[in-house]
Order: sequence, then structure tokens, then C-alpha cells
Amino acid sequence: MEATHDHAHDDHGHHPTGLARYFFTTNHKDIGSMYLWFSLIMFFVGGFMALVIRAELFQPGIQIVNPDVFNQLTTIHALVMIFGAVMPAFVGFANWQIPLMVGASDMAFARMNNWSFWLMPPAALLLVGSFLVPGGAAGSGWTLYPPLSIQGGISVDMTILAVHIMGASSIMGSINIVTTILNMRAPGMTLMRMPMFVWTWLITAYLLIAVMPVLAGAVTMLLTDRHFGTHFFNAAGGGDPTMFMHIFWFFGHPEVYIMILPAFGIISHIIPTFARKPLFGYASMVYATSSIALLSFIVWGHHMFTVGMPAAGNLFFMYATMLIAVPTGVKVFNWIATMWKGSMTFETPMLFAVAFVSLFTIGGFSGLVLAITPVDITLHNTYYVVAHFHYVLFSGAIFSIMGGAYYWLPKWTGHMYDEKLGKVHFWLTAISFNITFFPQHFLGLAGMPRRIPDYAPQFTEFNQISSVGAFLLGFSQLLFLYVIIKCIRGGVKAEAKSWEGAEGLEWTVPSPAPYHTFETPPAFH
Amino acid sequence: MKKTLRQIAGTALSTLPILAVANYDVNIPTPHSPISDQIYGLHMEILWVCLAIFVVVFGVMFYSVFAHRKSKGAVAAHFHENTTIEIIWTLIPFLILGFMAWPATQTVLAMKDASNPDMTIKVTAYQWMWQYEYLNDGVKFYSVLSTPRDQIGSTEQHGKATNEHYLLETDNNVVVPVGKKIRLLITANDVIHGWYVPQLGVNQYGIPGFIKDSWFEANEPGVFRGQCSQICGKEHGYMPIVVEAKSAEDYALWVKEQKAKQAAAESHDKVSLADPVAR
Repeated sequence: MEATHDHAHDDHGHHPTGLARYFFTTNHKDIGSMYLWFSLIMFFVGGFMALVIRAELFQPGIQIVNPDVFNQLTTIHALVMIFGAVMPAFVGFANWQIPLMVGASDMAFARMNNWSFWLMPPAALLLVGSFLVPGGAAGSGWTLYPPLSIQGGISVDMTILAVHIMGASSIMGSINIVTTILNMRAPGMTLMRMPMFVWTWLITAYLLIAVMPVLAGAVTMLLTDRHFGTHFFNAAGGGDPTMFMHIFWFFGHPEVYIMILPAFGIISHIIPTFARKPLFGYASMVYATSSIALLSFIVWGHHMFTVGMPAAGNLFFMYATMLIAVPTGVKVFNWIATMWKGSMTFETPMLFAVAFVSLFTIGGFSGLVLAITPVDITLHNTYYVVAHFHYVLFSGAIFSIMGGAYYWLPKWTGHMYDEKLGKVHFWLTAISFNITFFPQHFLGLAGMPRRIPDYAPQFTEFNQISSVGAFLLGFSQLLFLYVIIKCIRGGVKAEAKSWEGAEGLEWTVPSPAPYHTFETPPAFH
Repeated sequence: MKKTLRQIAGTALSTLPILAVANYDVNIPTPHSPISDQIYGLHMEILWVCLAIFVVVFGVMFYSVFAHRKSKGAVAAHFHENTTIEIIWTLIPFLILGFMAWPATQTVLAMKDASNPDMTIKVTAYQWMWQYEYLNDGVKFYSVLSTPRDQIGSTEQHGKATNEHYLLETDNNVVVPVGKKIRLLITANDVIHGWYVPQLGVNQYGIPGFIKDSWFEANEPGVFRGQCSQICGKEHGYMPIVVEAKSAEDYALWVKEQKAKQAAAESHDKVSLADPVAR
């Protein structure tokens, strides 16, 4: 802590400017902004891929991309959105908000923080650049199941390397976040008095530290199977392709919660602010989040019901998965109880939060449907699953990111964003999101598999509706970009406490937050 | 952006004639096997439970959204804790889940019980076709997509999907007798594939080097279509499965036909192999 403090002093008033400022910065606000911009860029890159996919699926037959490229697009779309868009966005929020919320001057390991960010762009280049190598990008689906991923070309190695780098970045980021939260809170801020966003990130960071090395192990085994003659996943050599799935999903399921717990945190700030009423059931929210995190380690098998596990295995994973509905339900009930008898206004962040609660819950319900092993059998790898995880990841994670961005933009930029445009952006997004993804439930129920470039004619209608929705959804996001840029460049001056009902240390510093804040710990009551 | 939107709208409108005969099925197709029957029932049950919860919970939320607004003069209350209600809304979901888990457990146990089959078919998946071996009847054949390539088209030459069962038709269908428990032994030769026929309640990965089993019993004659459910490379979208359920007599006839065909093919092979030696 001392080192950070001295360092902050060195920087006073004469930190580098221009590009060097961003290359060498150790400032949590600069790094937070870079993460958020990186995430937004990757969101557009991944979104572009999604639009090519939806254009190809507009009608039966092959029109725009051949099946090989189609598989590459679905694979890289997923990896870019998960590792490039959603996760870095939350790390960006963590960088900006955690020090401000706990009253710390910066992150605990300021230089490592710089390094964790600057690892991301090369990883992204490896991922996206793999389209240009002979054979094109990895086309095995983002889960990289062997033996299919063993068949791929050099792009699979690039993908593995990218995953390694991003994993290293995540682990460093998490260690940083855990250390900051546990050691640098303002005096008087006990664990059970921390803001919810800080709590959810503390738990998320532990999840990341637990599972990122597992993923690294899995892809390393893939790499040695590909090039060094090992047979981890090759039955002919005594290995087992199913083992990869077990290891992958032991990472993969906690990963799902890594992408949603910080979202829960953000929503737990927005709703009390705009309901002008404290969060209902703070303690039970903390326990529910922890339970979800613990349960996330014992449900991975629900991704593998069609592998042919024994009945006992199927039943165990079914029961464990169903259990997750309990703490998740508690969170939803608490949010609604927070709204109850509040004095609500519906600025853009609140609109996103209310949409989050209702649409994320639809994703929760379809998750419950999929948890039932026999029902999963008929829906596994169909568009129902695609609809399900877009409800939890888009109207879940991404809605919370957008809501959070609108919520804290005044603090970050010093200006209020254009409320009217923000609301237009919200409604366009919420409506076109549902046009895009709701019909996909029907496609899945009817039996349309995911990851196919072409489909039987009976699936045409809903695919067309979905594609039209997707284009509307994609282009609406340009408005988001415009609102952000407009807000950075000017607007109504934001007060220190930008929202009437806002609570917390971050609203005690001026807007925009000065380059250095809380160099002496604030008083926390 | 406007132009793109107009183009999309134009294309959408041009498809309106198709919409007249459109297919808007919103549920699982009619089940035709004991397991898919149970799956259908389970899904409906859970769907109704979820809908009921949704209506109650979001009824409360949207009431609050409309009633407790600042613009309507609502003044914020200050309560933020109530242990009793937390316990209640933790316990109620538990009970609902138990109510869902019980029948699901029965189905899982039935689904996993492939013992005492009437016949066994070994299914081997290849990139990108299926091979079927009828272990009891000695019939063996490959099954590949029969939709002509020019209907599928390419990025240069767009095809026209004219066949009624475009992409869901094969050269050799899997023929099975009605009302018999058919065990499938599923494996793969190269990468992981998924043998998926929703109406028969089967979705089972074929994993290279391992044999997994599953079973179904078609309850009436008919044709049931499905396709590979696990991404398996370039032609993943082009390896359909067509199961034809026939009466016992028709099935016996089909076996006879197949055997005759196989015998003819084998003798042909023998001749061609023996030929150079004889010369």
C-alpha cells in the first residue's frame, strides 16, 4: 500500500501525456477506461460476426459464407464476446469503481494492472487475426472439443495461445481485485458493509482464480495432443475425448457465473438508486451470491447430458443445477422487494435494470427447463440453448453493462449523457433483442440444431424474424457509441452526486472523478 | 444504415408469399416414443410452472413499477430487511423444485435403461454420414444426405431449396419395426457427432473410441427426421437421420430386400476381386 501511495505522488501533475500515458499508465481510472473501450470495440467485432451469421441464416441454402467460414464465425463470435467483450467490460467497471467504492487510492498492484490490460490486445489480435491464416480461424465451436479441434490448422494454436494470454490477464486482474478489496478498504468498511458490486467482484475474482488455470490445463493438453504426440483425448492412445468436456466445463460453468455475478452487483446499485430505497436483504444477497458461486463448481455435467453419463451422474447434475434456481430466485425477489414501495424514476440505467430483472429471469426459466435431464436431451445443442444463453448473457450481462455505463458515465466524464437518446437506445435494444432471440426458443423446440449454416425449410420463418431483429439490434448499438462519445465531449455538468438516490463513496468525489482520489482514506460511516 | 434497413425490409416483404404457408410451430414436435412422450409431458409441466411463477413475480414487479413512481407522488419506504420473508421465499422454490424433480427422476431412470431390447442397431458416425449395423438381422449400410448439392448452392451459385424434406432426407433410411424396443449402440469414427431424433427422444453423442447406448420404441408407423446435433466440421449441417418405422411384416420384407441387395453387392465384389487371380 505504501508503494502505491509513493507512486501516486510521483505521478502528480506530470504523468505522461498522449499515447505514452496509456502505455505506461498505472492509474486505475485510465486502465478502467481502456478496458471499457477495448470491450466496446470487441463488442462491435463480435457483433459484426453475429450479423454475418444471421445474414447467412436469413434463408435456407448457402448464400453469403460457405459452411467452413460459418463454423469459424460462430466459434470466434463466442470467444470474442466472452473473453473480449463481457469479461473485460466487468474488469473495466472493477478498475474504475472498486477503488472509488472502497475508498482506496488505486488498485493494489498498479503496475500489474497495466500489464493485465496490455495482454488483452495481442490476445484479441491472435483470435481475430486467425481468420487470415491458411485454413481460416478455428471452427470447432468455442468449446474446442477434441478430436475436431485436433483436426484444425494453425488457427487452433493461435486460439489456444490467445486463451492462455487472456487467462493470465484474468488471473492477474483477479489477484489485484482480491488484494485491493481485502486490504485497502476505508477504515470502518467491514466486509458486510461493502457495496454489493464489490462483494460480487470479490466472489467473481475467486472464481476466476479457481477456474482459469483449469482452462489453461485443458487447452495445454489440447496443444500437446496436437503437436507433441500425447493422447490425453485420443482413445486409440488410452485417452478420452469426454475427459476434455469434463475439464472444460469444470471451467466453463463457473465461467458463466463470472459473467453474471458482477452484473448482479451493478443491478444491485442501480435499483436502490432509482427506487430511492436501500437494497432489500443485503445479507441474503451476499449469501445468495456466495451460494451461486459454490454451486457453480458442481453443475458442469449439465452441459454433458448427451454424453452418456450413468443415471446417477445425470441425476446428481440435474439436482445440483436445479438448486441454483433457489439463490438466483432470492436475488430476483430481493430486487423486486427493493423496488416495492420505493419512489421510482426511470432514467436509462433503471430501464436497463428493470429489463435485466425480467429478461434475465426468462433466461433463468429456460435454464431450469434445460436442467431437467430428459428435457435437455431433446433441446441439447438446439437453438433453444442459443436463446437461453443469449437471454442470460445479452439481456443479463450486457444489459447490466449498458445500464452500468449509463449509471456511472456522469462520474467518469463529468457530464450527464443525453437522456432522450439513452432511452431511445434502451427501447431499440430491448425490443430488437426480443425479436432476435425469442423466436429461437421455438426453433430449438422444433429441433433446429445450433451451429448449422443451412436448415430445413420448416425453420425458415422464425429464422427470418430473428435475422431482422439481429440487424436492428446490431445497428442500434451505434447509437450507444454515439451517446457515449457525445457524453464525453460535453453535456450538462454532472454533480458529485449525479443521481438523487445514489449512495456510496464514489458519489462523494467530484464528477468527473479527479485523476487521483482518496489519497487519504475517507471516513466511512 | 437507412439503406441497409430498407434492403432488409424489402427482403422481408418479398418473403411474404412464403409466410402464407409458413410454419410457426412453437412446441416440441409430436412425440412418438415412450421417452419422448414423457419428455413432452415434463416440458409442458415445467413450462406451466415457470409461466405461473413469472406471472406472479412480475405481476408484483410491474404493479410496483406503475404504482410506486416518484411522478405519482410515491414516497420511499425505508424497510430493507425481513428474515421471515427471506426464509419463505427460499423454501417455496425448494418445494417447487422437488415437485419438478420427482417425475424427471423417473424419466431419467427409464431413459437410461436400455436393457432387454428387442433388437440392437450399432450406429457409427463419420464425417459426414452415418453407418448402421443391424446386429440381429445382419443388415449393414451407410446413410448420407440425399438432397442434391445444387439445391444447397454455394456462395457463388445460390441454390434453391425445392425438396419437401430439404436437408432432412437420406439415401438409406433407418428402418425399424413399430412397437419394439430398439437399442442403439452409438460410436464415431473420427470426431464427436450427435445422433438426434427429437420425436423419438434420442440425442446421444457418438464418441470415437467409446460405445454409448440409448434406446427408443416407435409407437406407430411413420417417418421421423433428425440430424447431427454436435458440431463435427464443415458438413455438420448435412448429415441427417431419417428413421422409418414399419409394421413387423413390412420390416421383415425390408430386411429380406436389404439382404438380397447385400448378397448381390458381395458376389459382385468377390468376382471383381477374384478376377485378376483367375486370369
